[in-house]
Amino acid sequence: MSHEHSPDEHSEVADMELRVRALRTVLEQKAYVDREALDVLIDTYETRIGPRNGARVVARAWADAGFRAWLLEDATAAIASLGYAGRQGEHMVAVENTADLHNMVVCTLCSCYPWPVLGLPPTWYKSAAYRSRAVRDPRGVLADFGVTLPDSTEIRIWDSTAEVRYLVVPRRPAGTQDLAEEQLAALVTRDSMIGTGLPRSPDGTR
Amino acid sequence: MSYQSHADLGGQPSRAAVVPEPEGELFHAPWERQALALTLAMGATGEWNLDMSRRARETLPDYRSLSYYQIWIGGLERLLIEHGLLEPDEIAAGAKLHPPRPGVRVLRAGAVTATLERGAPTQRPAVQAARFAVGDRVRTRAGSVDHHTRLPGYARGKTGRIDRVLGVHVFADANAHGLGEQPQWLYTVVFSARELWGAGASQRQSISIDAWEPYLQPLG
Repeated sequence: MSHEHSPDEHSEVADMELRVRALRTVLEQKAYVDREALDVLIDTYETRIGPRNGARVVARAWADAGFRAWLLEDATAAIASLGYAGRQGEHMVAVENTADLHNMVVCTLCSCYPWPVLGLPPTWYKSAAYRSRAVRDPRGVLADFGVTLPDSTEIRIWDSTAEVRYLVVPRRPAGTQDLAEEQLAALVTRDSMIGTGLPRSPDGTR
Repeated sequence: MSYQSHADLGGQPSRAAVVPEPEGELFHAPWERQALALTLAMGATGEWNLDMSRRARETLPDYRSLSYYQIWIGGLERLLIEHGLLEPDEIAAGAKLHPPRPGVRVLRAGAVTATLERGAPTQRPAVQAARFAVGDRVRTRAGSVDHHTRLPGYARGKTGRIDRVLGVHVFADANAHGLGEQPQWLYTVVFSARELWGAGASQRQSISIDAWEPYLQPLG
């Protein structure tokens, strides 16, 4: 996001600040919301539930063939075994990238996203550009992320139109056979688990 | 047709670039944090369900000119009025002008973690056998409907194949309108890019949606 804001943007932000403050005030006055609960909700998604959770799931799948098989068979249970479950991840499916197949996830109808493993969706995931183009021009979208796949790779787009949430298991980078699970997790980017990016390589070249 | 969703964007002509964003960048103004918290806290009261929230948001007349959290706030204000929790004059004034509605289940701080971990699962027990099996060819419902639905415009009247059987789930079309859960079998249906976008599309590209049984007709 640009740091050059126009006067219009300033007044829009100020308008929204006032509108939301007013709404919060009246909801508190009517005792429909608990002030402390609002703080806990924000803190949860700022500090506890984010894409590092998903990175641990992927790293475990890379390191442990039994876990990988379980994840592909019953992702909800396998992910819950690492402590990640609940809101917007009640029914999980993991889809694995291979040399021939690349998976990409979108929600064209709103912004459905697997919160327990990836946290809150990034702005671009919610944008009209991504929601309109991902299903029609996935290679063009990948180019916006600096990703080019071989022409021979099949691309599969998963449109999250119901309450099933999808996690992409990216391909394990080469040269990582000696890495511990924690080091593997550090290579797993958020975008690689949505399918708009690839994991980092261990030598930092990507 | 009186029901109009402004949120069905898949395949719409767009040349706008998708702009990547760093992982830690969650909010772009302080009010967005409050919009998240108020929406989740009021959702936890159980006064409405997630499908009703989607209906309230996608029918906002200015949906396409609003940001994500502006849509959330617009949807929340609408739901609060529809469900009799606030009056429009209270939203305008930002102050309590009428007595609160009794019996609202307030989310307390100590219950937040457990509430989020429980979520709101939509799978229900099957009372009849699934009509379709993996590999079956199906045709999706054509045309539009006069209510909330989760069959995207680009996938209407198209031929696809059952890819996964996902169990029986709360039917969004009914649940969004307060007509009860009416659970239905849910399937992943996969289409070739050429079926959706025509002969010029890539042969090495496929798109899937998750579709409830009433969206689908068998095809030999």
